[in-house]
Amino acid sequence: MEFFNEIELKKIDEIKSHYPESKAALLPVLWMVQEKYGWISEDSMKKVGDLLNIPYEHILGVVTFYTMYNKKPVGKIHLQICTNVSCMLRGGYELFKYVSDKLGIKNKEVTADGMFSVEEVECLGSCATAPMLQVNNQNFYENLSQEKVDKLIDSLHSEQKVNNT
Amino acid sequence: MENMKIILKDIPDLHKIEVYESNGGYSALEKALKKMTPDEVINEVKTSNLRGRGGACFYTGLKWTFMPKETPKPKYLCCNGDESEPGSFKDREIFEKNPHQFIEGTLLACYAMGIKAAYVYIRGEYYKWINLLQNAIDDAYKKGYIGKNILGSEFSTDIYIHRGAGAYICGEESALMNSVEGKRGYPRVKPPFPAAYGLWGNPTTINNIETLSNIPEIIKNGGQWFSKIGEPKHPGTLLFGVSGHVNKPGVYELETGTPLMTIINDYCGGVTDGKEIKMVIPGGSSMPPLTKEEALTIKMDDASLKAIGSAIGTAGVMVMNEEADIVKVLLRISKFYYHESCGQCTPCREGTGWMMRVLKRIDEGKGRMSDLDLLIEVAQNIEGNTICALGDAAAWPVKWTIKKFRKEFEAKIPEVEEKSVPLNKVHSLRYS
Repeated sequence: MEFFNEIELKKIDEIKSHYPESKAALLPVLWMVQEKYGWISEDSMKKVGDLLNIPYEHILGVVTFYTMYNKKPVGKIHLQICTNVSCMLRGGYELFKYVSDKLGIKNKEVTADGMFSVEEVECLGSCATAPMLQVNNQNFYENLSQEKVDKLIDSLHSEQKVNNT
Repeated sequence: MENMKIILKDIPDLHKIEVYESNGGYSALEKALKKMTPDEVINEVKTSNLRGRGGACFYTGLKWTFMPKETPKPKYLCCNGDESEPGSFKDREIFEKNPHQFIEGTLLACYAMGIKAAYVYIRGEYYKWINLLQNAIDDAYKKGYIGKNILGSEFSTDIYIHRGAGAYICGEESALMNSVEGKRGYPRVKPPFPAAYGLWGNPTTINNIETLSNIPEIIKNGGQWFSKIGEPKHPGTLLFGVSGHVNKPGVYELETGTPLMTIINDYCGGVTDGKEIKMVIPGGSSMPPLTKEEALTIKMDDASLKAIGSAIGTAGVMVMNEEADIVKVLLRISKFYYHESCGQCTPCREGTGWMMRVLKRIDEGKGRMSDLDLLIEVAQNIEGNTICALGDAAAWPVKWTIKKFRKEFEAKIPEVEEKSVPLNKVHSLRYS
């Protein structure tokens, strides 16, 4: 598989046109890498460096600074649970414990089948709808209870299985 | 009492461009482009006394005048939608319910300051809201409100979204600019200020999403009209994001100067389970907390909160009832600032970790009475000694929560104190 296909390269050119310097396209291009490959490897960073003409060392610095870039592979379903104050007051830690116990993994670990990973994250701006979690840096699932999170995990799991077949 | 709403109006489907247009949307832009000079737009905003909604309460019109008028350099606008302060969730409401009013405000700001490109910086976690705003921007491009020769005028500007990637510090304006430039989000030393040396070294203004969303109504109805809403010294409405122990948490747009208890009781349905209030954080987790007595009488505006040693911040109100464990709350807040310190300045990088570890030992029942003064001392050594305000944001809650709720901390300290806690034991408490 090519690192980026023609459509993606066109998209990168379009992103570059938003800024006077191509270095500024780094964050959006890293997002594209992560969305395609699930995480950002050393090899990916080097390829992005060649593409945007940025030293690898700079990219490594950027990738390690921002918490949302995965520096190692995560589960296909990456559950990000907020435990900051507003969530904590409404059961964020209990939710975190319930989910990690249910999956049998600790913070930032991946299940043996590579399906799930769980991460304790900082405030996601969902304070009025606590407790909550985010999946794969995308959708928010709010006002959660144990029953709701059971259902959520089941439906995400079956969705993933369907996608794989 | 019917409440004045400037941004989150009760109009169904207002996020759709046709609905926005049929409710007077983009008429302020048309008015400005056809009948007003850029200076007249700035003067109207100055007359309105609109103050920034990102926390610093700086006068928006005055900020705009800092931009150089005659310059060969390109000028930029950054719209700050990083919204990462715990307890703040108002900008996402704007992206969801009234994105075009924000876009129109951004366009008016660009016209007023002669700006050709605006970057909307949105936290990476707001995937859904980034897409919602992008759809709205695309619609506005199609209708000719953004792009070349807007509404047939000489004025052209572009609006781009720049997605963050998980860093609280990027809400700090100079860190935000570094992040747009594709760098680590390190705050810059000021001066030079952004109006002189901002994005790529060019004149730049940074405004909060809510601030910009107020501009269209100011241009439509006049600065005088706006200046008379709410508290005269801090006019307009605020999007109060209420969370924690209340029955109906959410975002409520209310005039400045609304009493806190009106917000909690009349809008949020009171404290959960009919309990008493113990503590309220009035403007996001970095703001000094209020005691129950303070909460009962305080009005929510800049001057009223400053008078009792707190601040309005982002108007993210966090309510804690009588059962809340204040030590755990402060430990959680400290853990956040330790995690988010960018690491440039020693007082913040080291101090936030020290505060968190000492608080953890108190919470675990291994603290000493002297720890309380130690925490205040560490906080005071961070405050004012860092490049950006994250140091203050980390120090204030520690200093003021201990000063105001000292008994809560003392209750967790054992009568027979451990003589000394070996350093390696302290280090074993390190955040993983």
